[in-house]
Amino acid sequence: MDLSFNAEERAFQDEVRGFIAKNLTEEMKRATALTPSVFSDPDIGKAWQRALHRQGWGAPGWPVEYGGPDWTPAQRWIFETECARAGVPNVNVMGVKMVGPVIIGFGSPEQKNFYLPRILSGDDYWCQGYSEPGSGSDLSSLKTRAVRDGDDYIINGTKIWTTHAHHANRMFALVRTSDGPRQQDGISFILIDMNTPGITTRPILTIGGDHEVNQVFFDDVRVPVANRVGEEGKGWTYGKYLLEFERGSGIASAKLREGLKAIADLAESDLTGRAIDSPDIATRISEVEVDIDALEMTELRVLSALQTGQNPGAVSSILKLRNSEIRQAVTRLGADVIGHDALAVEPMRPLYRLNHEPPIPEEMLTVIPEYLNGRAYTIFGGTSEIQRDIIAKMMLGI
Amino acid sequence: MDLNLSDEQRLLRESAERFVAESYDAAHRRTMASDPLGFSLAVWRQFAELGWLALPLPEEFGGLGGGAIDVGILMEAFGRGLVSEPYVATVVLGAALIARCGTTAQKQASLPKVGDGSLKLTLAHSERTARFDLAKVATSANKTSQGWHLAGKKIAVLDGHAADEIIVSALMHDHHGPSERIGLFVVPAAAPGLTISDYARLGGGRACNIELSDVQLPADALLGDGSDALPAIEWAVDRAMAALGAEAIGIMQTLLDTTLEYTKIRKQFGRPLSANQVIRHRLADMAMQVDEARSMALRAALKADAEPVERARAASGAKAKIGKCARFVGEQSIQLHGGMGVTEELEVGAYFKRLVAFDTLFGGSSYHYARHAQLGRTKVPA
Repeated sequence: MDLSFNAEERAFQDEVRGFIAKNLTEEMKRATALTPSVFSDPDIGKAWQRALHRQGWGAPGWPVEYGGPDWTPAQRWIFETECARAGVPNVNVMGVKMVGPVIIGFGSPEQKNFYLPRILSGDDYWCQGYSEPGSGSDLSSLKTRAVRDGDDYIINGTKIWTTHAHHANRMFALVRTSDGPRQQDGISFILIDMNTPGITTRPILTIGGDHEVNQVFFDDVRVPVANRVGEEGKGWTYGKYLLEFERGSGIASAKLREGLKAIADLAESDLTGRAIDSPDIATRISEVEVDIDALEMTELRVLSALQTGQNPGAVSSILKLRNSEIRQAVTRLGADVIGHDALAVEPMRPLYRLNHEPPIPEEMLTVIPEYLNGRAYTIFGGTSEIQRDIIAKMMLGI
Repeated sequence: MDLNLSDEQRLLRESAERFVAESYDAAHRRTMASDPLGFSLAVWRQFAELGWLALPLPEEFGGLGGGAIDVGILMEAFGRGLVSEPYVATVVLGAALIARCGTTAQKQASLPKVGDGSLKLTLAHSERTARFDLAKVATSANKTSQGWHLAGKKIAVLDGHAADEIIVSALMHDHHGPSERIGLFVVPAAAPGLTISDYARLGGGRACNIELSDVQLPADALLGDGSDALPAIEWAVDRAMAALGAEAIGIMQTLLDTTLEYTKIRKQFGRPLSANQVIRHRLADMAMQVDEARSMALRAALKADAEPVERARAASGAKAKIGKCARFVGEQSIQLHGGMGVTEELEVGAYFKRLVAFDTLFGGSSYHYARHAQLGRTKVPA
């Protein structure tokens, strides 16, 4: 056992660092640091996706025949870690990490040929149509209905918490095509062009002051049957497959570490009157750092298991749950570290293009919005309560 | 980067788990709890035959040259059966300090005997007024023309009653008065002036308090060349904390398994306890904390030979986090067993008590989070 990288892996690390140094502009870096929501705005995220694509790194998790870079788990670790350290923008994960794997796994040859290259290049921007106002944790109770009419489905209903629906040109959605004996039956997985007549989008502001999520309405929206992925009525299987990717695709510890580092830097700075000199703050920073160490080791253990072809098991729920809880701990710590400056509200967005002097130093601007928006981490992608259900069932057999 | 066990390590794990499963049942543990020695000499001989006592010792002195990971594998299996043999005292603390600080003659005199089971050791370092601060030593060692005179009091000496030789830390004095250097002295258990008061240790095994009143030692009782032994003591204690952390994982895993089984069998309101979501979520939290603790124990072992600050932060981080997880898993195991969990009739309480002892030994969670903070933030390599 050892934690060190071999010569090839170290060479790869240098290659990644070189790529980042060449392609990550100061503007991208600043915009990313000043984004208090989960995702970067598309103007920033798309530019980074294009740079990755030019390098052949557009979709790290995909098989090589669809344009994946054929990395070992260790290489993926190095890539994600270096990206987190450098503070690169978030790319449109709904494309690369969510719908991409489903199309690769279950899509037709035509769908693969059409959609996958456009995800890689960043030309298509995807959003996810899963949750509905009446279907949150109980996702399979969804009611948005697709009725067959010749070669089309006619879709009626509504989706909610749709991240970046206002930027996306495509949506993948779970819709009801029939009523089976179980509510999981009769759901289909469908790809929708967001410019189709009958689709309207309503913005939803989160408590941190950001417009990231939306509600999307469908009124007699006509979508070709050819846009269905896989079999009719089997959408739940594909949708669950995707959720496993959403939860387990994460190499999250490197990003958490950078988040904590930013807070610890603030705590050591005169801007906060050296909050770190309070033993309580110093100890809490250590407590969170140790939690990140533990998560990192668990990620590396999973990675090692993957390297030798073992199945890591239900650990993806543990990773999702701990990542979200630690993220919240980091933002909570931040809110305490900045002291009185926590009272200041800057309503303008984006924070990296303000046309006035903000009320508090720029380094602190995202702290409270991140704390507030960050309450969502333990809710989206399956709440912590649902993750505990999964751990109990899959790991403990109860 | 590879965190998979080697074939040898897999074999070690299997044989240790098998040995513990076959030799350590509740009846054995109860017998040992009221035994004046607190462990079995026959089992100790078996440890020697299995090569476990020689496992981390250097090869040139009859050892197998194993590392902290190998010791961790063994310790985790020990935890599953609440093994009370003096492995940490003799091998992880005592022999390691001789291997690190001793002269070639001192190593030659002791290490092969540790490996073959004929020499048991321990470290006497902690003092009442020092609390958990390893740098604070009041016990004095006065240099004389014949050798050394030791005087002072030590507490919480693991398995000191069974040790043939006790490694005592003392502040070295010469004719100018006290120096800044701590020395390590090998004191035979029968040395005149040495008083050992032993007691049953929380969670199994024994410990003792030691009084040294003018114990006279030859010059070569001092380990090594007389340079300050504090860095070596910190190194050994960090490694012992990693080893004890691995033992705690075995204990926690056993508690989780036992508690899970109980919630499936125990029925109230006409259904098993595990049919309740609040119980399932509690068990999920316990499983998660066992897993986090496992990662931290592994991390501390992997960094046991890193440079001092990195090693110490990994050890303190692991001690703090595993201690926190251990209290949670232990307390919840009792809670989910209901009234029976608080009795001596089940084994749950014995496992819980060993975890409490673990959390306390060498400093609890709050002490080690503070030490971790004091040692500064991890420098991100360029």
